[in-house]
Amino acid sequence: MLAFIIQRLFQSVLVMLTVALIAFALFNYVGDPINNMVGQDTTQADRERLRQDLGLNAPFVVQFARFVGHAVQGNFGLSYQQARPVGQIILEKMPATLELSFMAAFLALLLGVPMGIYTGLHRSSWGSQALLAISLVGVSLPTFLIGILLILIFAVLLGWLPSFGRGAVVHIGWWTTGFLTAEGWRAIILPAITLALFQMTLIMRLVRAEMIEVLRTDYIKFARARGLSNRAVNFGHALKNTLVPVITITGLQLGSIIAFAVITETVFQWPGMGLMFIQAVSFADIPVMAAYLVLVGFFFVIINLVVDLLYYAVDPRLRVEREIAAGG
Amino acid sequence: MAEITAPGAVSPSAVPRPGWARFADSDLWWSFRRSPVTVVAASVACVIIGAALLAPLIAPHDPYDLASVSLLDATDPPAWLPGGNWSYLLGTDNQGRDVLSTIFYGTRVSLLVGCSAVLLSMLLGVTLGLIAGWRGGIADTMIMRVADVQLSFPAILIALLIDGVAHSLLPREVQTRITLYVLIAAIALSYWVHFARTVRGSAMVERSKEYIQAARVIGVHPARIVIGHLLPNVIGPVLVIATINLATAILTEATLSFLGVGLPPTEPSLGTLIRVGNDYLLSGDWWISVFPGTVLALLILSVNLLGDWLRDAFNPKLR
Repeated sequence: MLAFIIQRLFQSVLVMLTVALIAFALFNYVGDPINNMVGQDTTQADRERLRQDLGLNAPFVVQFARFVGHAVQGNFGLSYQQARPVGQIILEKMPATLELSFMAAFLALLLGVPMGIYTGLHRSSWGSQALLAISLVGVSLPTFLIGILLILIFAVLLGWLPSFGRGAVVHIGWWTTGFLTAEGWRAIILPAITLALFQMTLIMRLVRAEMIEVLRTDYIKFARARGLSNRAVNFGHALKNTLVPVITITGLQLGSIIAFAVITETVFQWPGMGLMFIQAVSFADIPVMAAYLVLVGFFFVIINLVVDLLYYAVDPRLRVEREIAAGG
Repeated sequence: MAEITAPGAVSPSAVPRPGWARFADSDLWWSFRRSPVTVVAASVACVIIGAALLAPLIAPHDPYDLASVSLLDATDPPAWLPGGNWSYLLGTDNQGRDVLSTIFYGTRVSLLVGCSAVLLSMLLGVTLGLIAGWRGGIADTMIMRVADVQLSFPAILIALLIDGVAHSLLPREVQTRITLYVLIAAIALSYWVHFARTVRGSAMVERSKEYIQAARVIGVHPARIVIGHLLPNVIGPVLVIATINLATAILTEATLSFLGVGLPPTEPSLGTLIRVGNDYLLSGDWWISVFPGTVLALLILSVNLLGDWLRDAFNPKLR
């Protein structure tokens, strides 16, 4: 167990270093940092002195180590576009993205799991067929198109919900939340549905496939033979055993929710990290891009790590196999 | 491909027959006809692809001929709505261009980018997969480590990053000329992993089979073994992945263009058209974005359905 954790941790650190290296290369070699800082009339000697002072003449490894050291402390330099520390900007934008992502993940689970159970248990009913057809459309419709359609229907035609922004937010320390105002709740509905829809169809299809698989096994037949009620068999025996892969996939999907938030945030002008990244791309704001890259990489590595460890903890077969492999 | 035709479907006469008759007799064609959904999907895909290919011939207007475009006709609604004009069936956009014609041309660009990106990623993935599976050792470890790192991030994020970096790297005047190629490369670089992993897996299995050993023993050049003997035997699943990836590639292109890091409005794809139309959505001019969006959704849905069918048809376990 310990060896497995250490091995996974080592892998995670390696991935993180790779991501940091890419971000560092971006940071240092795209454009000349000196040019970005000084005016046209600075002499060559002054430029050289500045280069020396900033440590830009140091060997590559030293510079990279320094970059990693700063990144660990959340220091990514100044944004070219806003002339403010990047760490500060990200800290401002993070609550919006995280609230949206968690809301979407919550919605996807809340609707996806029951729909999956229903379609798995009543395979040939009209309801299941309809849900499956809708889910296929949901997978094929691009996220941004779903957002546009929702805006068209609920904001433009019906005028029920706002089409952009976060509404009024409440500051709690450095965190800003939209969950404490009615306006904030109204604003999060459309973006959260847009972001959740794809994951919801994915979870639904996964739960359905797992349910069908498990319902075929011998222990379910045996449970039925023992005369247990449908309810006890379906939920007590079958559902419990489908949850392992569901937990894993959902955990991994949390990462892609944060990634897909880029699209949703752009459609709804949601003031989060995704919108910040897209704006950074159009302004060639390298420090912001590098910081976003490192941060998202970090989220992904942590999520992958936790899911792996969780999987290991939940599924006893993995443990046994590893011990046998290690012993033999 | 011999493995597509099941033994029962082969005609008793030993005389070689023309390709079409053999195809009409094959399992593949049979399973195609048996699935109405697939037939509908294929028809829709054919209509859209046909319209895109024939765009210059069948488009009612040339949206990029500035002489024929008039701002006076801007944001006309579709023909059947009040204020509509029958010469613009689906209405006009903010610059007075016929929406139907821009969709024809936009689909062309979307398909061009999607197909090129899939071909490029296939080339890259198959090559790297063959190297990894054939050589093993250090090459295998390195290629597969990169693949693992890349797989832990969603492909669309990687495409976005590559595209974004390229955008900030290149000077403006170069950018407008090569945006199309940058976009194709960005999408290709984010989807090669599936090809590489599949090819590597099958290459490792095939490598130890007798026919490869025999070829080695009689002294065939390794490059010839890999291309002439190994490749044909690992390419089957690759074609299925390519079909499924085509839908994803078109979707990725549309998303990047919608986000504003893809194709510019001077060279619009379906995604760019939707982006342009999105700005006019709040003022009620829904047709500028909804019609290209519908075509995009239909295209992706039908290609996805075709890919699913192809996957099942090639997988004897599911029959």
